[in-house]
Amino acid sequence: MQHVSPIREPLVTGGKTYADITEDVCRQVEAKPNVRWMVALGVSLVFLGIFIYSVYRTLWFGIGEWGLNKTVGWAWDITNFVWWVGIGHAGTLISAILLLFRQKWRTSINRAAEAMTIFAVICAAMFPVLHMGRPWLAYWVLPLPNTFGSLWVNFNSPLLWDVFAISTYFSVSLVFWYIGLIPDFATIRDRATGPIARRAYALLSMNWTGSAKHWSRYETVSLILAGLATPLVLSVHTIVSMDFATSVIPGWHTTIFPPYFVAGAIFSGFAMVLTLMIITRKTFKLEDYITLEHVESMNKVITLTGSIVGVAYITEFFIAWYSGVEYEQYAFINRATGPYWWAYWSMMTCNVITPQLFWFRSIRRSLTATFIISIFVNIGMWFERFVIIVTSLHRDFLPSSWVMFSPTSIDIGVYVGTMGLFFTLFLLFAKFFPVVNMAEVKSILKSSRGVNHTHNPDASMHGTAPNTHKHD
Amino acid sequence: MTSKKYILGVFDDEDVLLNAIEKTRAAGTRIYDVFSPYPIHGIDDVLGIQRSRLPIVAFLCGLCGTSFALWMQIYMLGFDWPMIIGGKPHVALPAFIPVTFELTVLCAAFGMVITFFVISGLRPTLKVPVMDVRSTDDKYVMAIELKEGTDINKLNDLLRSNGAIEVNEKEVVK
Repeated sequence: MQHVSPIREPLVTGGKTYADITEDVCRQVEAKPNVRWMVALGVSLVFLGIFIYSVYRTLWFGIGEWGLNKTVGWAWDITNFVWWVGIGHAGTLISAILLLFRQKWRTSINRAAEAMTIFAVICAAMFPVLHMGRPWLAYWVLPLPNTFGSLWVNFNSPLLWDVFAISTYFSVSLVFWYIGLIPDFATIRDRATGPIARRAYALLSMNWTGSAKHWSRYETVSLILAGLATPLVLSVHTIVSMDFATSVIPGWHTTIFPPYFVAGAIFSGFAMVLTLMIITRKTFKLEDYITLEHVESMNKVITLTGSIVGVAYITEFFIAWYSGVEYEQYAFINRATGPYWWAYWSMMTCNVITPQLFWFRSIRRSLTATFIISIFVNIGMWFERFVIIVTSLHRDFLPSSWVMFSPTSIDIGVYVGTMGLFFTLFLLFAKFFPVVNMAEVKSILKSSRGVNHTHNPDASMHGTAPNTHKHD
Repeated sequence: MTSKKYILGVFDDEDVLLNAIEKTRAAGTRIYDVFSPYPIHGIDDVLGIQRSRLPIVAFLCGLCGTSFALWMQIYMLGFDWPMIIGGKPHVALPAFIPVTFELTVLCAAFGMVITFFVISGLRPTLKVPVMDVRSTDDKYVMAIELKEGTDINKLNDLLRSNGAIEVNEKEVVK
């Protein structure tokens, strides 16, 4: 059925038909949960329990439960926030920017990557909200008329920009993801045998029929949403970086931050997509859809963004020296050789050196190597944020207030707890939602197919009586 | 409770379908709708579907978002409760860009998507609305409305001769 090009590998291997795609993707939605999934969910729920306990401690006793002190007022919380938001960038990048660039390989990974985005942003949002200390007053960040003489929020503050950026990013990503899911929910609905499943997926599929008129509008909507999401995704991490860049702390006050943060976000996001997809393709037997070609393409993006990040680290160091500002110079010397040298060099090793291994084709196409490197990148990117935040703060302008930061068990609990939250959501998604966008994969299948039509349109098929069989 | 009858031509190849649409329309038959599991390239032209005006909706909603965001920030910080923050003017336009941009995107995206749902009749329902369940899997279904005095046999011949693998009749109760 498929034409195999001698030069380019097909995007979907294994000579799949349209029905095969439906079958392969719907199989795990329709099957009973298997033991491996249950065990994974059990482990995630344990971590979710740790999260709930740590949040309870934080709320009941206050943020004094965290290791923050007078000098280091931001530490793991903001590190984790930026780390999760960064991870969230890959989903929109894959589905929006690659759609605008007409990169067809995106079709089989965009669904899971977008889901990852949404869950990562949920995890990220936990940290600033908890850091408020009184999260039930979180609505104070909105410009609402209030009883305090209508004192409004400060629109000059990057922290407020963050509120608008993150909430817009979350809502638009959710809508983009849901629009993509509608036709696939309809497919599951039309295959469903049980009344509960049929009704549940009928509700989710919003009356979708696959009418030509609807498809035409649907494609317009997807394209415009991609066009809107592309500058949006770049704006989000730009604004996150401005939380730091617009301050006057040496080590933060740099104009390189916006592009450097965006590159770092894409870098860590692709690494997380790879970590998840390598497991997902194996567990759900999707090797024909998420091929080595996909892994290789993503690894190339990792090498590119990793190199941008590497250049940014070196530029930052150079500019600190070149600026002639002694505080700026000290902040950087302190990062590399001070008491947090191990964090700095972990960051350098994981983010600058490991992605360069992908210059070798054999490493780029090795699943084991890719998996290990993707974990390294995620560790490295966590350290990057830790280094930027903690090392810039812990030795401030007054040597008498110099301190070290050490996390408490609650700090650690909230962080590993969000991983529990993330994986619980992802596992539920992987079980009940189609992990591969069936409609989009079907639409690209044709481009690598042969020309042998099974039916000749000119062949005469007269003479058969009308089939009056009715479908209900 | 009115019911309408449709003749459904089932196809299993998109090129055959596109050809059949052209032939059917050329024969003067009005096609009610075509259902497919994925968007078919080029079907808009053969079916005569006009380009959607949803981008205009998105633009107008975006414009509303921009105006609202600018008005909100200028009114709140410039007039309702002016304060000096960081030595900047009350109406510090460069600082208002991020929130203005975000609200533009938010309004454009939601305005367009809500309009898309409303005009396409997409809403949560418990029913299964498709005429043939295979049209969300791997088949393409062309639906032609049966009116009083339509020659079913002629339609059947027309669809079959243009490559339909099955021709069925379907009654939809509205």
